[in-house]
Amino acid sequence: MIDTLRLTAEEAMGLLERREVSAAELHRAYLDAIGERDSELHAYLRTVEEPEGKGVPIAFKDLISTRGVETTAGSKILSGYLPVYDATVATRCKAAGMSLLGKTNMDEFAMGSSTENSAFGPTRNPWDLERVPGGSSGGSAAAVAAGLAPWALGSDTGGSVKQPASLCGIVGLRPTYGTVSRYGIVAFASSLDQIGPMTKTVRDNALLYRILAGRDPEDTTTVELPNPVEIPEREDLKGIRVGVPRELNEAEGIEPGVKEIAQRTIELCRELGAEVGETSLPRSVDYGLACYYLIAPSEASSNLARYDGVRYGLRVNGSNVREMYDRTRDAGFGDEPKRRIMLGTYALSAGYYEAYYGQAQKVRTVIADEHAAAFENFDVLVSPTSPTVAFKLGEKAENPLAMYLSDVLTIPSNIAGLPGLSIPCGLSDGLPVGFQLIGPQFSENTLFHVGHALERAIGFDFVPGRLK
Amino acid sequence: MNWEPVIGLEIHIHLKTRTKMFCRCEVAYFEPENTRTCPVCLAYPGSLPVPNATAVEWTIKLGLALDCEIAEHAVFHRKNYFYPDNPKGYQISQYDEPLCVNGRLALPGPDGDAEIGIVRAHLEEDAAKNVHVGGAEGRIGGATATLVDFNRAGTPLVEIVTQPDLRSADQARRFLQLLRQTVVELGISDAEMQKGSLRFDVNVSVRPEGSDELRTRTELKNLNSFAFAAKAIQREVERQVAVYGSGGEVVQETLHFDPGAESAPPLRSKEEAQDYRYFPEPDLVPLEPPRELVGRILEGLPESPATRIRRLAAGLDHDLAEDLVTSGRDRLYERVPGDRRAVANVLMNQFAAAGVDPEAANPEELGRLIEARSRIPREKLTEALAASGDPGFSAEQYLGDGLVADTAELEPIVERIIEANPGQVEAYRGGKEGLLGFFVGQVMKETQGKADPRVVNELLRQKLS
Repeated sequence: MIDTLRLTAEEAMGLLERREVSAAELHRAYLDAIGERDSELHAYLRTVEEPEGKGVPIAFKDLISTRGVETTAGSKILSGYLPVYDATVATRCKAAGMSLLGKTNMDEFAMGSSTENSAFGPTRNPWDLERVPGGSSGGSAAAVAAGLAPWALGSDTGGSVKQPASLCGIVGLRPTYGTVSRYGIVAFASSLDQIGPMTKTVRDNALLYRILAGRDPEDTTTVELPNPVEIPEREDLKGIRVGVPRELNEAEGIEPGVKEIAQRTIELCRELGAEVGETSLPRSVDYGLACYYLIAPSEASSNLARYDGVRYGLRVNGSNVREMYDRTRDAGFGDEPKRRIMLGTYALSAGYYEAYYGQAQKVRTVIADEHAAAFENFDVLVSPTSPTVAFKLGEKAENPLAMYLSDVLTIPSNIAGLPGLSIPCGLSDGLPVGFQLIGPQFSENTLFHVGHALERAIGFDFVPGRLK
Repeated sequence: MNWEPVIGLEIHIHLKTRTKMFCRCEVAYFEPENTRTCPVCLAYPGSLPVPNATAVEWTIKLGLALDCEIAEHAVFHRKNYFYPDNPKGYQISQYDEPLCVNGRLALPGPDGDAEIGIVRAHLEEDAAKNVHVGGAEGRIGGATATLVDFNRAGTPLVEIVTQPDLRSADQARRFLQLLRQTVVELGISDAEMQKGSLRFDVNVSVRPEGSDELRTRTELKNLNSFAFAAKAIQREVERQVAVYGSGGEVVQETLHFDPGAESAPPLRSKEEAQDYRYFPEPDLVPLEPPRELVGRILEGLPESPATRIRRLAAGLDHDLAEDLVTSGRDRLYERVPGDRRAVANVLMNQFAAAGVDPEAANPEELGRLIEARSRIPREKLTEALAASGDPGFSAEQYLGDGLVADTAELEPIVERIIEANPGQVEAYRGGKEGLLGFFVGQVMKETQGKADPRVVNELLRQKLS
């Protein structure tokens, strides 16, 4: 009997290697778990019955193109769309022997922080069904947390891997921009989108990142990693300089329970041998959100223009081409994509470009420089991943600004193109709290090292209480 | 008041690369619809562009041939607009940081060179082709459906923008011919208007001679040949002059010509200021052409057509020199021996009409043919020129074939003609030497044009003296 709730991907590999289970049995065990638990969670939009590979299965966020398997990005405008090609990350997973378990739910076009913006209904948090799993990769986070996948891929634009990982008590990496190919990923904001591994442990995360990362000739923004990915083993933090950015740890809106557990984790860093010091990222936090909400919608307004009803996906006919566009897009897009398309179109318009998009790009440089300065003195910067634990369904759905604030701590380093790892660091009122580790470009190995050492010391039980 | 035309051009040239600008689909004309497509050029979700390195190098080559500065940092921008032939909803183009800027093309003219400034030459992708069905042929009005053929979507295009430096319709035509020839010789494009691999728009305004103001311009679109463009520009210049002459104002508008009906008056439309919301393409890193690559391309540039026009014009009419070069026949011209003017004329007339590839023709044999052209019957010459590109072509057979030069054979005929025309013989001997032609004609008639005129002349002179 395979206990999918507890089984890590690394352990699953061991089972396969020792031939204690077959790939087909493993795949079946997860499908059974999905059959048993996903009706209440709705982590998956669809599952794949037959395993293709001989390795550990995996779930993909539904914006990763999978040849012949419907890929909707959580939008009605893409319902029924069958990609004719695999995303590079899908190809890499396949080449590593993984079989696809299914496609997971998400906020439409990755726009959201709760997965409530999915056109196909929300996903629920495995720790508390009244609460959201975070987003936009909420389906992948819930699937891993509830033992419905040994690991999964999410995508992170403003925090869409780190924040749901935090809210579901799992490990999520947003890699350095340019280390993982975006080829075949339904684009939201091209200069920010990155695919990231979502796993139960830091070691699993490093194992998966090792498969994903590296230059892809199909994505000219990718680069080769300067160093190979190391699977972390060290359990101390000697020689590591941990910076605590004041603004990220004392921001308004951080719940007391979250703050307390994060403080305790910072203390733990010291106990493990790290040097801990305070630092400051004043402009990154002040301007990060505003900058993000100009750049991301601007790029989105252009990226989403291809959904016009001409070649694939939904089409609602009209008496002329304009009317067809209007009707198709009106029926196909939900409120959040519409809101962001409007924001972005406005920000790019003649006469506004310099004040909005142009200015945001300048601020982006300022934010990157501010982070670079902090990394002259520190190896990692730490903070809570999300200001709050998982919130209730509907709590923020009607208030976009409150929802946007959910990503206030993850956005600044994303804008700077930096890697960030979220690990679970404890429970507040019975709900997981995530701890964010930010490093300079290509510092994933350091993040894995620190994350792994903390994980061992914390001993967090990733199985949701209600499922034990 | 005298009015001066102010003309600028925007030229689009299809690069004849093997594959498209941002994907690996084959660039192909006249193939079945939608057979040269992939996720990138169909804008499937998640697909990403990868620039065609050859297209970038060729654009640099063109930029250097046009004496442009090659940017050290060039950026692709997205030009956003909705249309079914624009699958991504944006065209990847260049905006304020193009590959080539600030160039010039010296246009040789009968009165010296005119320098035409090149504002920029940039690289972009072409749109797909909309095919309107159900109405009048190919027209959107009355059509019941529009089909889209994506074979052309994403094929590489270079856009060249000139300064408004052209001062006459004829100069514009000559500029286009020279530019076309330059592009063809660089080997980067067929630049054939019929195929659509060269297209251009013209901006026209007029101003009082001597002034340097720029008045309201109109844009002429869908001009389908250089000659027609010159006519249309001339007509538009005259119209604008008439408008100002009657105290009116020229309105900024676009004149759409009908490529199928040159004489039809153009459709006029107001120019709408469309907001394309340009922004840097985040899916592509900036182009930073290495300087050694630029240097290598510069060194490899062939001698420019303009230089050759200047050289040939030293010994020929300017127009003839220009025609030889822009028709691609000047290199052959330089290798064909014989009287320069005669060679140039035959090459530009009978030889051009024969449609022979100048590269294939044998210059020596062509020279013999041209030298002997007055002795060769017209049809024979046409036949000979048409065959002059065939492998192993020899002029010999046309020079000798059918021409009877044998005195023994011609003598009896000449004697017979003299006997039959005693009156004319007497007149000739009396001093009317112009009658020689009459006798030659008679002999030719008798021999059905096969007698060698030189031999006949000689024989007649002997016998009549």
